[in-house]
Amino acid sequence: MLHIYCPHCEEYREEEEFRPKGEAHIARPIDPVNTSDEDWGDYLFFRKNPRGLHHEQWFHAAGCRKFFNATRDTVTYEILETYKPGQQPAVTAESRKAQASAQASNQGAAK
Amino acid sequence: MSEFATFNAHPAAPVRAESPLAASRVGVAVQSSAQGAGVCIGERALLGHLILRGKAADEGFRAGVEAALGVPLPLKLGPVARDDARGVSVQWMSPDEWLVVVPEAQDHETELRLRAALSGHYAVINVSGAQTLLELSGPAARQVLMKSAGYDFHPSAFPVGKGISTTLAKSTAVIRRTGEAQWELIIRRSFADYLYSWLLDASEEFGVFVAR
Ligand SMILES: [Zn+2]
Repeated sequence: MLHIYCPHCEEYREEEEFRPKGEAHIARPIDPVNTSDEDWGDYLFFRKNPRGLHHEQWFHAAGCRKFFNATRDTVTYEILETYKPGQQPAVTAESRKAQASAQASNQGAAK
Repeated sequence: MSEFATFNAHPAAPVRAESPLAASRVGVAVQSSAQGAGVCIGERALLGHLILRGKAADEGFRAGVEAALGVPLPLKLGPVARDDARGVSVQWMSPDEWLVVVPEAQDHETELRLRAALSGHYAVINVSGAQTLLELSGPAARQVLMKSAGYDFHPSAFPVGKGISTTLAKSTAVIRRTGEAQWELIIRRSFADYLYSWLLDASEEFGVFVAR
């Protein structure tokens, strides 16, 4: 069972209280009339399915009934952060890569 | 002879079988008095329940609610604002939603008072018919909740005064701690019989008294 921090309730709650709601940060095309069928189809139906870091929407169904975002590792299931809609993630693939290379160079220096 | 896989629904070993109506026939042995009972269950029926929505950041909204209800608007999850003498409580449900509970037959007048005190972007919805309030008390009341919900009911996570909304027995409930061994459960109409049966069943092992 995952323990998930709701940024609205400001508490950890049981996974049972939440529903996953798919990929986060999907921008609706600003001008739908002049959007190509392909771009509109991508917006409606096509979702990322990464192995590793993923930014997702979650819904606190049994609690505050608000959406929020989570950065989750799809391999380990680890939730690295949760944040409110409209905010940007602090943990990204780039930030993780930078962290990993910084650690590697530190270890290299220690030798 | 053809080969068929068969299944005998009446095995030799005793197993517990339940009819589809089992949940409707609660055979819980109840205690004759609250004395010695581990859990007391009672309904506070027909109270006034209102959902209030608005902008917590709006000073006018906060002041209007306090003027109309006589208790301050809670701005985050935690203690329920209460005036027990008048039977009024206001609980934070989400960043823009509160549950107001008032005594029986005061729901309409409370709504009118809120509407007179508020303006702009807000909503008041009378949900009195949609839910009811149960009181759960006694030395084993906390254990019944621990059996029924995933939330942490330890006093460090759930001090007296706090109110939350969570999953309870595969349904949901608003749960408020009103005393060391006193709790309020607000449950939805459509789940009321199921949750009431569940709570009676879960309380039976501690000795349960039904307050009427
Ligand atoms: Zn929440």
